[in-house]
Amino acid sequence: MKRVVTGNYAAAYGAKVCKPDVVAAYPITPQTFIVEHISEFVNDGEMDTQFVRMDSEHSAMSACVSASATGVRTFTATASQGLALMHEILFIASAQRLPVVMPVVNRTVAGPIGIWVEYNDTMPQRDTGWLQVYVEDNQEVLDMTIQAFKIAEDHDVLLPMMVNLDAFILSHTVEPVDLIEQEEVDRFLPPYDPIANLLPETPMAVGTFSPPEYIQEVRYQTDVAMRKAEAVIERVNREFAEQFGRDYHGMLEEYRTDDADVILVTLGTVTSTARAVVDRMREAGKKVGIVKLRFFRPYPLEQIREIASRVDAIGFYDRSVSYGVGGPSYIEGRHALYGYTIPVMNFLAGIGGRDVMSEDVELMFDMLLKAAKEGKAEKDIVWIGTRGVNP
Amino acid sequence: MDRNKGGEPVNIKELPDKELFTPGHTACPGCAAPIVMRHVMKIFGEKSVVYNPACCLLVFGGTYPWIAWEVPYNHVAFENTGACITGISRALKNIGRDDVTVLGIAGDGGTADIGFQALSGAAERNEDVVYIMYDNEAYMNTGIQRSGSTPYGAWTTTTPAGSKIKGKERFKKDMATIMLAHNVPYVATLNIAYPADFLRKLEKAKEMSGFRFLQIYAPCPTGWRADPNSAVDLSKLAVETGMWTLWEAENGKVTINKKPKFTPVKEYLDQQGRFRHFDDEQYGIIEQWVKDKWDKDEKMLTALGGD
Repeated sequence: MKRVVTGNYAAAYGAKVCKPDVVAAYPITPQTFIVEHISEFVNDGEMDTQFVRMDSEHSAMSACVSASATGVRTFTATASQGLALMHEILFIASAQRLPVVMPVVNRTVAGPIGIWVEYNDTMPQRDTGWLQVYVEDNQEVLDMTIQAFKIAEDHDVLLPMMVNLDAFILSHTVEPVDLIEQEEVDRFLPPYDPIANLLPETPMAVGTFSPPEYIQEVRYQTDVAMRKAEAVIERVNREFAEQFGRDYHGMLEEYRTDDADVILVTLGTVTSTARAVVDRMREAGKKVGIVKLRFFRPYPLEQIREIASRVDAIGFYDRSVSYGVGGPSYIEGRHALYGYTIPVMNFLAGIGGRDVMSEDVELMFDMLLKAAKEGKAEKDIVWIGTRGVNP
Repeated sequence: MDRNKGGEPVNIKELPDKELFTPGHTACPGCAAPIVMRHVMKIFGEKSVVYNPACCLLVFGGTYPWIAWEVPYNHVAFENTGACITGISRALKNIGRDDVTVLGIAGDGGTADIGFQALSGAAERNEDVVYIMYDNEAYMNTGIQRSGSTPYGAWTTTTPAGSKIKGKERFKKDMATIMLAHNVPYVATLNIAYPADFLRKLEKAKEMSGFRFLQIYAPCPTGWRADPNSAVDLSKLAVETGMWTLWEAENGKVTINKKPKFTPVKEYLDQQGRFRHFDDEQYGIIEQWVKDKWDKDEKMLTALGGD
């Protein structure tokens, strides 16, 4: 059934049809509508879950971790400061191999305090052992919330997963979304089958104090799980495409890259703007293309290497910055492309929620084309649309 | 002692022999906490889940791959006991396991300081859990640093007895009264020197539902610089001097279980090296504090007492 809904509604509806046993959450702009919609579902008797209105995001994530350890499906949602407050517990969710699913409405982390889209909330969480997908539209919010449970709960993975959606551009903007029927979701998503629980019939200790003789193996096994997640993501994507007819191409999606001279690697909603720019520049005879980077964890290292081997220059778009070094997507891309001699550029734009206009994206492509022609970028890291700074 | 305000007295001889907090743990000699845990588990039994935050008990109760607990056991972090027991309790509820008791067992720092927000939230929501604060009056696990529950004047490694400032400058935070203000079904203070009262309150907590808060006095001879054989004697003196009031509140109705004898506090303080630096002025401050506390406790009894 198609309905015109916000990204936040899509996330809440996704939670509803996946039937989590426990939802523990705390409201924060711009995520609030997710918890409000879930409150309505619960109070109207449409959703049979233990919905706990927590006292903070730290408590919300803590409750999710212990609920998940008890052996049930668990969901929460947050943004920005809330995610930063959860930070400590994010590591524990992954180390205890608990498939908590959490949409994160990407929002600026203070300071200065702001509420608009930026990725400096989720990017610093890349080392916490959570899977991360960045989405482009409201349909993808719903589809990836449903897929997230199937990926995270797979016994080859058993890691928590974030579904990242842009503040306001998605969270508060309405789009037509195919609200998948409950029976269809039930057919796609099997019940959660935990490998451990906290039931008295099978007493077990989860999370004990551990000496160095054991911790390194925990880290290694978590690393292996993250690497194995790539195949599970691709498989779940295929299964979803077969059942629902929407193919997101798994780890990343290529757009008009076949004969491209240069490629821009995008994240989130900027992808839609970039698609239009690519179409226009193609009409003008410029061979440009984009890679929509969907998963940041796990990272599609080999795919990025293969794609870059076909082009003369590659750029990475970032909506957050690691001070003095560049954007996280760029840093990861440079790591993937070690040994490559083509220009690798970083474009920082839309920071703090500033709009990224099609002219901004066009400028990125023009700079990439120039670097490709000259075999070298004038500068590697380019701030676009910054007052007083010449790109 | 007014022992029959709710709950039947427990016959100590009828306690199960089976230990659910087993020998082999690595607590310091003379630590009161294992005595507390053994008896807590004898009352609550096998259909329990235990959550521990970071605290002494986390470490001495089980370091991987060994564990002293014979029931399901969970640890996540330090400041979130109230939240984690919420998660376990709600998960069990949604799969129909109302027969299992969820116990959060935390130290005084994890309760009165860093864990206070999560505790307050769980109490306000009236989560169906038992929260046990074992109160050894400082951060003992990290090496005897002061907490909000450390008494006035006590030496700790962060409140040393210096030439200018001698020990902690503020008084002990009254956690049980703070929890009473949350309007939860059951609040009680417990003390191992009064085993009948101690076990009856555990039994009472087990019988009830909703949020139950138990503050248990738990001497730490290592951190208190006291004789390792002194835990029970100190526990008794704490009540007799009025340093620790034994009381309970069932659905808001308060009962004081034991009136102090007002034994001079010096007898209690002088057995503990943490008060060794005390001069007459500091003894006087504690004596006054005990008087004021008892006045307040008595007024509370009159105002909130039963019948």
